[in-house]
Amino acid sequence: MKPEKTISIVLVGLAVVYLAIRVSSGEMATVYVQPLDVGEAPAQASDYIAGTAFPSPSRTVGVWVAALFTLFIFSFLYRDNVFYKFAESVVIGVSAAYWMVVAFWTTIIPNLLGKLSPAWVRSWAMPGLSPEREDTWYLYVIPLVLSVLLLWRLAPKGAWIARWPLAFIIGTTAGLKLVGFIHADFLGQIRASIIPVIAMSADSFDFWQTAKNLVLIASILACLVYFFFSIEHRGVVGKVARSGIWILMITFGAAFGYTVMGRIALLAIRIEFLLDDWLWLIDPTAKRIGLS
Amino acid sequence: MYHFLSTLDRRWIFLLMGAAVTIPILLELQFPEEATSLAHAVFNEIEQLEEGDPVLLAFDYDPASEGELGPMATAFVRHCCEKKLKIYFIALWPVGPQMIDDSINRVIKTDFPDMVYGEDYVNLGFKPGNEGVIKVIVTDLKQLYSTDDRGTDLDQIPMCRDLVNIQSMDLVAEVSAGYPGVKEWVQYAATPYPDQIRLVAGCTGVGAPLLYPYMPEQLKGLLGAIKGAAEYEKLVVDRYDREAGREPDLKYLEGKRRMGPQLVAHILMVVLIVVGNIVFFVGRSREGTNS
Repeated sequence: MKPEKTISIVLVGLAVVYLAIRVSSGEMATVYVQPLDVGEAPAQASDYIAGTAFPSPSRTVGVWVAALFTLFIFSFLYRDNVFYKFAESVVIGVSAAYWMVVAFWTTIIPNLLGKLSPAWVRSWAMPGLSPEREDTWYLYVIPLVLSVLLLWRLAPKGAWIARWPLAFIIGTTAGLKLVGFIHADFLGQIRASIIPVIAMSADSFDFWQTAKNLVLIASILACLVYFFFSIEHRGVVGKVARSGIWILMITFGAAFGYTVMGRIALLAIRIEFLLDDWLWLIDPTAKRIGLS
Repeated sequence: MYHFLSTLDRRWIFLLMGAAVTIPILLELQFPEEATSLAHAVFNEIEQLEEGDPVLLAFDYDPASEGELGPMATAFVRHCCEKKLKIYFIALWPVGPQMIDDSINRVIKTDFPDMVYGEDYVNLGFKPGNEGVIKVIVTDLKQLYSTDDRGTDLDQIPMCRDLVNIQSMDLVAEVSAGYPGVKEWVQYAATPYPDQIRLVAGCTGVGAPLLYPYMPEQLKGLLGAIKGAAEYEKLVVDRYDREAGREPDLKYLEGKRRMGPQLVAHILMVVLIVVGNIVFFVGRSREGTNS
């Protein structure tokens, strides 16, 4: 047996023994709930000690599944393996199913059937829905027809019919996005860039605001020159374009720093989950005070 | 040494990063936070509102980004509750309502039990349609929202009865992990209606650099990643706990707590970048010498 495999087996064996000891002593991963008139609500350990809450087997299993799947995904850092592939497949399958169910209950039922036949939908799915049809309810026949046309691509013949609703989707999305970007990003950013070169505050010269404004204007101009390819980047134009590259690099660096911060936050929260909710090695929010 | 560093297995780097994050969590390392002008801008936008003013809290994130955005969402809800504002929750992400419920359970039901659902806060739930939803509700909210998240007719909910559109909100606070999110709220709400809609936001670290250009005209304040959350938390806690002479509940300091591993991991990152560059330049100079 390879030394690597031996070490892996020993480490996993030690972890299993450790977990078995912790589980048998009831010192990890237990979730408490409080009974309500309908269903149950999450509770703290203090509620359990007071006798108003009880351990929830289903939610406890949920913590175990979340912890094991976290470790399965982390295992990819060492090497691609069967546990990682299993977790990856489950995540993809569950996500696909979840999105289908969400789309059915939040789009097809309320936005299509609920508009075409509100009384019927109210009788079995949405009791709070008004049974009265809107004045223009018949317009919702159009998306119904488009939906059927879109699904036509699954039929053995006439798959080209699906292009019509697709064209409608692309056209409306492009129109919607175009207006948003022109208004908020193009015109809005031009307007935001028109700032005083010499800034005044309370009738006096504001040096730092002036410096900020100058850097902002110079940076915009330098970056624009870099992306202006109708003139060869030589001489003064070349130097300005080169400074534009530097400004872009600084921007990319700041973006990278923020990305690192975001990713470390995600890693930290998973490790905190393992140490807190699963292993009970830490209690940063003091939710298990009183438990021995 | 050069040979060791240039041939180092990347898994040792992973292990180092894991240790840099795990050890501060185990030791509960925390460092003081100072709020920047961005966090002050967000805080002041809510602080200047009067009791009973309506605010829209849009929670567009999911469990994957809860660790980064949950603390600022908690702080937003707490701040609005302390100011006794009328809170309208909304979500453009399918799992947003669960994030809203989580915040309601953590903050409102626990620390503000006198607040009444339908009179002081309401959860309008999730609507599919991304920016299309924003485009509609800025002029006609009830065209898309006929019921709240529980299925109750909006006309039967006191605080929604006279609600026409979100232009009547005194502030929109958006917590976003991506698309649809802050950018779409800027494009379809804050920019077309600059005098009616004031927008503040919290976002993930990945999204923050893309949103800075919108400040301060189209976006009044921005909390970037866990650092922004920690700064905003500090302002809220200082105002409503420390000024009252009491210690804050630990759940209102989650951002600050999560900055501990951030600091250590960032120091490691800087060291790795410096060492990596030294190894690169030494290697290049050796190649030059050999050739």
